[in-house]
Amino acid sequence: MLDDFVIRAVLAGLMVAVVAGPLGAFVVWRRMAYFGDTVSHSALLGVALGFLLGLNLNLLVTVVCVLVAVLLVFLQRRQELASDTLLGILAHSALSLGMVTVAFVEGLRVDLMAYLFGDILAVTRGDLAAIAVGGLFALVLLMILWRPLLAITVHEEIARVEGVPVLPVRLGLMLLIALVIASAMQVVGVLLITALMIIPAATARRFARTPEEMGLLAAGFGVLAVLLGIWGSFSHDTPTGPSIVVAAMLVFVVLQFVPFSRSHHPQVPPPE
Amino acid sequence: MSEAKRKRIQGGGTLDPVLIEARGLGLIRNGRTILDDVSLSIRRGQVVVVIGPNGAGKTSLLRVLLGLWEPSRGQLNRGLHMRVGYMPQRIQVDPILPLSVRRFLTLRHRAPLPRLREGLRQVGVPRLLEAPIQTLSGGEMQRVLLARALLGEPDLLVLDEPAQGVDVTGQGEVFNLIDRLRRDTGCGVLMVSHELHLVMAAADVVVCINQHVCCTGRPEEVSRHPEYQRLFPDAGVHGIGIYTHHHNHVHDLTGEVKPVGGTAENKDDAR
Repeated sequence: MLDDFVIRAVLAGLMVAVVAGPLGAFVVWRRMAYFGDTVSHSALLGVALGFLLGLNLNLLVTVVCVLVAVLLVFLQRRQELASDTLLGILAHSALSLGMVTVAFVEGLRVDLMAYLFGDILAVTRGDLAAIAVGGLFALVLLMILWRPLLAITVHEEIARVEGVPVLPVRLGLMLLIALVIASAMQVVGVLLITALMIIPAATARRFARTPEEMGLLAAGFGVLAVLLGIWGSFSHDTPTGPSIVVAAMLVFVVLQFVPFSRSHHPQVPPPE
Repeated sequence: MSEAKRKRIQGGGTLDPVLIEARGLGLIRNGRTILDDVSLSIRRGQVVVVIGPNGAGKTSLLRVLLGLWEPSRGQLNRGLHMRVGYMPQRIQVDPILPLSVRRFLTLRHRAPLPRLREGLRQVGVPRLLEAPIQTLSGGEMQRVLLARALLGEPDLLVLDEPAQGVDVTGQGEVFNLIDRLRRDTGCGVLMVSHELHLVMAAADVVVCINQHVCCTGRPEEVSRHPEYQRLFPDAGVHGIGIYTHHHNHVHDLTGEVKPVGGTAENKDDAR
């Protein structure tokens, strides 16, 4: 069954969507959309270094993304430059640095388009295994970190006073984002990874009453976008990565018009 | 370590009678001196109030005492395994995050539903349990923050401007509640405020700061101190309006008038 490249593509997309959705909820809650962009743009540098050193690409992409994420957090603390300026500098420098490095590696002929916009139809069995391992690890880590992450997202200082180990939790979040970027790179490409995280999460907001509902719904909408995108890409012969993002956008837009209301005060006053 | 102490620690919390002991604290941030040579201590069952004009470093002092910021100088001893309940000045939760008051209360400490209900009733907002946190008014948010701080059964309760956004009757209720908790649980209370008269009435010790400690002592001593009168010229000698005005009725949450003592939760208003 895994011999069929379409099946492999669908499986890879689904695995990525299931992790990217709930993690995307945190990206949205913590206003990290541009942060995610910056880190994912640095993934190409990981690819280049992987080729240069002859090491596993997924591993190097993860390592480079974690390093860039930590560097960002450190630089943002110094507050000499506004956060968006800093992110803008790093995002584009990292992307350009990656492309320049790729050009420097002698004898390397990389299909840049595949890394920038994804090449889900070229997913091999080995890629699939790597995505599965990384995705599963990320999912477990996210489940462990869910409550403390939520606590520091709502109010970091109360959480710290109440004993949440803030620094390890934040580093865990960086690792999670890096893992998702490494596995999503083949699906939608470094330029579009953030879309796969934030569009499903934003779609889920209207229908969720709890953070957990929003995370689960985001996973669901991500899955829907992947299925629709791959189908659309096949039937209309369009590039798959961008098609998935377009599908996610369409789901978001269409659902904005679905009338939906859930009472926010379903509670009967407690007996006094 | 004694058996009792070990037991207490296993269940969390500290046994130390002195919760916080600070000596000669200094804080310099971005080259600016925020705090200089501040010393104070908080014991169990004690209400310590820090007052001072705007920019005196009150909130900074709280942050240092809470362990959120490292002091640049001085010594800070905090009770071993001390549990702290912290109520910050104000918090805002982004509307993109769906969060009910119930989830907010249990972000750190899981608690059974009856305890959550009881906690909210105690602070006078029993009906907010399932309300989205973003729909709360300023005063309601303050009360919910207080409820969350209390759910952790703190040894030390730290309140930054607890009366902000709460109406005058509500302020009385909040201070009465804090006073009752201090007596019932023996926790220490550290408060920062500029609501001089209300807060000073509730205090055992008042620490008046303006980067350094200007004066410290019992409320009536501080209010007569020349440094205090220089910092708060309007407060004068009679600046302490002790919160003693008696109600012959209270309003329940729907605004309905109830006689004092009519319900168990309102008894304290008649003090």
